Amino acid sequence: MKSFTYERANSPAEAAAAAARTPRAKFIAGGTNLLDLMKLEIETPSHLIDVNRLALDKIEPTSEGGLRLGALVRNTELATDERVRRDYGLLSRALLAGASGQLRNKATTAGNLLQRTRCPYFYDTNQPCNKRQPGSGCSAIGGFSRQHAVIGASEACIATHPSDMAVAMCALDAVVETVRPDGATRNIPIAEFHRLPGDTPEIETTLASGELITAVTLPKPVGGKQIYRKVRDRASYAFALVSVAAIVQRDGSGRVALGGVAHKPWRVEAAEADLPRGAKAVTAKLLADARPTRENAFKLTLAERTLAAVLTEARG
Amino acid sequence: MKFDTPATTNPIDQLRVIGQPVNRIDGPRKTTGTATYAYEWHDAAPNPAYGYIVGSAIAKGRINAIDLAAAKAAPGVLAIVTAENAGKLEKGSLNTAKLLGGPDIQHYHQAVAVVVAETFEQARAAAQLVRVDYASAQGAFDLAKLTDSAKPEKITGGPADTKVGDFAAAFAAAPVQLDATYTTPDEAHAMMEPHASMAAWDGDKLTLWTSNQMIAWNVADIAKTLAIPKEKVRLISPYIGGGFGGKLFPRADALLAALGARAAGRPVKVALQRPLMFNNTTHRPATIQRIRIGASKDGKITAIGHESWSGDLPGGQPDGAVSQTRLLYAGADRMTTTRLAVLDLPEANAMRAPGEATGMMALEIAIDEMAEKLGIDPVELRILNDTQVDPEKPERSFSQRRLIECLRTGAERFGWSKRSAAPGRVRDGRWLVGTGVAAAFRNNMLTKSAARVRLDSSGIVTVETDMTDIGTGSYTIIAQTAAEMMGVPIDKVVVRLGDSNFPVSAGSGGQWGGNNSTAGVYAACIKLREAVAQKLGFNSAEAAFADGQVKSGNRSVPLAEAAGDGELAAEDVIEYGDLAKKYQQSTFGAHFVEVGVDTATAEIRVRRMLAVCAAGRILNPKTARSQVIGAMTMGVGAALMEELVIDKRHGFFVNHDLAGYEVPVHADIPHQDVIFLDETDPMSSPMKAKGIAELGICGVAAAVANAIYNASGVRVRDYPITLDKLLDRLPEVG
Ligand SMILES: Cc1cc2nc3c(=O)[nH]c(=O)nc-3n(C[C@H](O)[C@H](O)[C@H](O)COP(=O)(O)OP(=O)(O)OC[C@H]3O[C@@H](n4cnc5c(N)ncnc54)[C@H](O)[C@@H]3O)c2cc1C
Ligand code: SF4
Repeated sequence: MKSFTYERANSPAEAAAAAARTPRAKFIAGGTNLLDLMKLEIETPSHLIDVNRLALDKIEPTSEGGLRLGALVRNTELATDERVRRDYGLLSRALLAGASGQLRNKATTAGNLLQRTRCPYFYDTNQPCNKRQPGSGCSAIGGFSRQHAVIGASEACIATHPSDMAVAMCALDAVVETVRPDGATRNIPIAEFHRLPGDTPEIETTLASGELITAVTLPKPVGGKQIYRKVRDRASYAFALVSVAAIVQRDGSGRVALGGVAHKPWRVEAAEADLPRGAKAVTAKLLADARPTRENAFKLTLAERTLAAVLTEARG
Repeated sequence: MKFDTPATTNPIDQLRVIGQPVNRIDGPRKTTGTATYAYEWHDAAPNPAYGYIVGSAIAKGRINAIDLAAAKAAPGVLAIVTAENAGKLEKGSLNTAKLLGGPDIQHYHQAVAVVVAETFEQARAAAQLVRVDYASAQGAFDLAKLTDSAKPEKITGGPADTKVGDFAAAFAAAPVQLDATYTTPDEAHAMMEPHASMAAWDGDKLTLWTSNQMIAWNVADIAKTLAIPKEKVRLISPYIGGGFGGKLFPRADALLAALGARAAGRPVKVALQRPLMFNNTTHRPATIQRIRIGASKDGKITAIGHESWSGDLPGGQPDGAVSQTRLLYAGADRMTTTRLAVLDLPEANAMRAPGEATGMMALEIAIDEMAEKLGIDPVELRILNDTQVDPEKPERSFSQRRLIECLRTGAERFGWSKRSAAPGRVRDGRWLVGTGVAAAFRNNMLTKSAARVRLDSSGIVTVETDMTDIGTGSYTIIAQTAAEMMGVPIDKVVVRLGDSNFPVSAGSGGQWGGNNSTAGVYAACIKLREAVAQKLGFNSAEAAFADGQVKSGNRSVPLAEAAGDGELAAEDVIEYGDLAKKYQQSTFGAHFVEVGVDTATAEIRVRRMLAVCAAGRILNPKTARSQVIGAMTMGVGAALMEELVIDKRHGFFVNHDLAGYEVPVHADIPHQDVIFLDETDPMSSPMKAKGIAELGICGVAAAVANAIYNASGVRVRDYPITLDKLLDRLPEVG
């Protein structure tokens, strides 16, 4: 771990301004991802801005009939909130499928969205990795790629985004609220929040430098059966090989997002029109441009079969 | 004490303390955090400095140059040790690769430097400033490509190859044949406590507080590596947070703590950081195993052949995957071969039940496949081919062999008769459900073991031996042995372990620790009883030791009186004659497993497990059960998830942390049951006990594999059995 300076911010604007003031500064929330990466010197911020004291830890109704989830609401609290469980069951289920009880007690809404990939080469500083060290190459291509992306990847990077929560938020049409160092706020639809790797896999979101997440808002509840199905080798405490977040209405229409297949939660609205026709039709469109590796081609079959099971469950 | 004739009735047979489910006597210390693990001797050597290891970034090649300037200038740095400045070092006889690499590099993450600093954080930060310029060389990393060049190499307890009769002809003539190849991957011990040591020098004397299963081996090998007399080395290792064979040998933490302490002139602590735990240390090697079985139509095995390939660094050793095939089933014509390839992966070595663990993974699927071909129930097929003698040397019988009873008891208790022999028939909601069985088999090893027993004037009996407790329960069964022998309650016994100042024991490994170390304590107690009897004026043959008293006829004297004002001590060693040569000593069992396979995703989840074990006298059914359920859990890991994934381009295990190397979590292990057959084995020792902790893993993975086949109809011969290996072969969903 490199030495760093530390300050505790008292308001969102102050935090964003502090980030603007100090080059290579980072916010720290729960620290469950950032600190691990700092110990390995994968992240080497020169300055940490602790945002834990900001009053962004509430879940409040919005005037549009939705919910605003503060950036610092802990994953445990979010998953167990009565309103979330009642109206956004998908989100609650996705959260509970992730990490462990202890981690969820620390992990925050914003930190979860910004957690970094679990590509093993990203974690091994002896190995080339474009995401960690731009221009050094991608070790996963031609290497161990069972966990990696099957769609939307690039020659530069085939990593996946590991968050379960984000997949549910994507299906729920969540919106990320931020404040920039100059004090300007903006709303970023979740579909536009995470980026595909392209030539710059080190840039993972559309956040500007120093931009602070203040909340995530959920639109008015959409009802339907909400199912989050996470597939993995062991029963708990593992990242998804593939996950399916689905909202299925009584008439068979609905929404689907996939986790574990791309650099971001994977949702193609055009594919959702085929939901009444079944999983095969939907995944054919969802994953039409898939380019898996030899080791992860099974994810295509797995995604289709998992979606089929989810649709059966939704109908049942 | 020489043990060379079968045990007769002795004080252990009273079973007042032995055989009771006594709680672990070290439990309170562990649950209150007062048991000192290697990294926690805060008072023993005050003001220690901290070492952090730099692992090689290449698998094979040379170091051109190391630039230490930036690291040396970093805050808090006291010393940096590399092969260049370490002075002359030898390679320990138990190590295949050097613990400190350079200029030649033998494997990925081989230690190339240790940075010593005032704090752990400073050492870690400075370690990342060490710049190493490597010249990488081509290495061999793919076992499958090396099978032709692999050479015969002997295995633990036997030759490379064995041959009885004419296997080829008998197999060719057999009306029912199986010829199948199975693979098992490299596996990591993945124990909770990493390798850790603290070293302190007093002049030319070295004390190492470490985490090690074998004290005397390691004293000798550390001394050899440092080229100092072994009298100058003291090892202290009373608590060990798991070993599984990974801590049988000296590792980089111990050597580099010693070198770091010498360089810094202060005690130094070194723990392997978790990401180094997979490539810096030893691992269970991958195997390729070809099994051929020929049988008559009525299920009698006529020919059995088992060939195994594994790899290791030059000078290394093979996995003994064929061991059990030499002994487990009858069959007149038989052969086994062991071939070792040279690989440039990290060092392969022992992991829980080395040999049988991997061998049974393959053999016990093969038997299941044969049962199906023959149309015979897999429990019955195993019973049909039982042998009471060593099938390679029929003049040797087994000291005890109750495999059939294990299988029958297990089948009864598990409800085996309700099973559908045809696969893919049972559905429970979204799950395809199936059951599988496998035999369990692991040899029992005898090695000499010494102990000292001291009686003080308050009647406290203190046992001292360099035996280790790696979480197994050694403290407790040793206390039970001494309590039984001396006729005192267990709370009057103090057990002190894991110190090279104590008499040399069997140590922990190969499931030999329990039987041998308690037999050593038995021997010492017999001596102490004689001394007590003499002191108190009893005829030692007639004196009874019970309730803290020594009694004979009408006379009864408190045991404590024998110590007078001081203490009475005795030391002895159990040594073995040739009973193990005359009789084959093995442990037996049967594993039954029920699994569910998700109809859509092919996720595999174990639903219930049962093990029935016949392993001599069970010294403590509670600690023994813990060992067996732990082993069963590890077997599930081997079946379903554990695999060190090799990057075959660069030659290292890629998933080198506990996020990437998955082992079972609680949710994977829903229900386990263990039954011990009531057995004593008078050939094994005066304790009449045998090993149990490794038997528990042998066969588990195959039972899981067989259950998966029974559930889904998909036969997978390559471990671990992950969902991607089933997915394409499951019926359509929807
Ligand atoms: C062992 C383990 C298992 C896990 N398993 C899973 C799993 O199965 N599924 C899953 O989804 N996740 C899993 N996780 C990841 C876990 O969900 C994340 O670590 C956690 O959500 C991160 O939240 P945090 O608040 O601790 O973030 P931090 O570590 O504090 O921060 C993460 C990133 O977010 C930035 N950040 C934090 N707050 C803000 C803000 N308000 N505005 C802008 N930037 C901000 C930080 O600068 C940093 O870059 C696992 C983690 C571990 C360690
Ligand atoms: S996939 Fe991405 S994160 Fe992984 S090695 Fe390649 S560039 Fe790095």
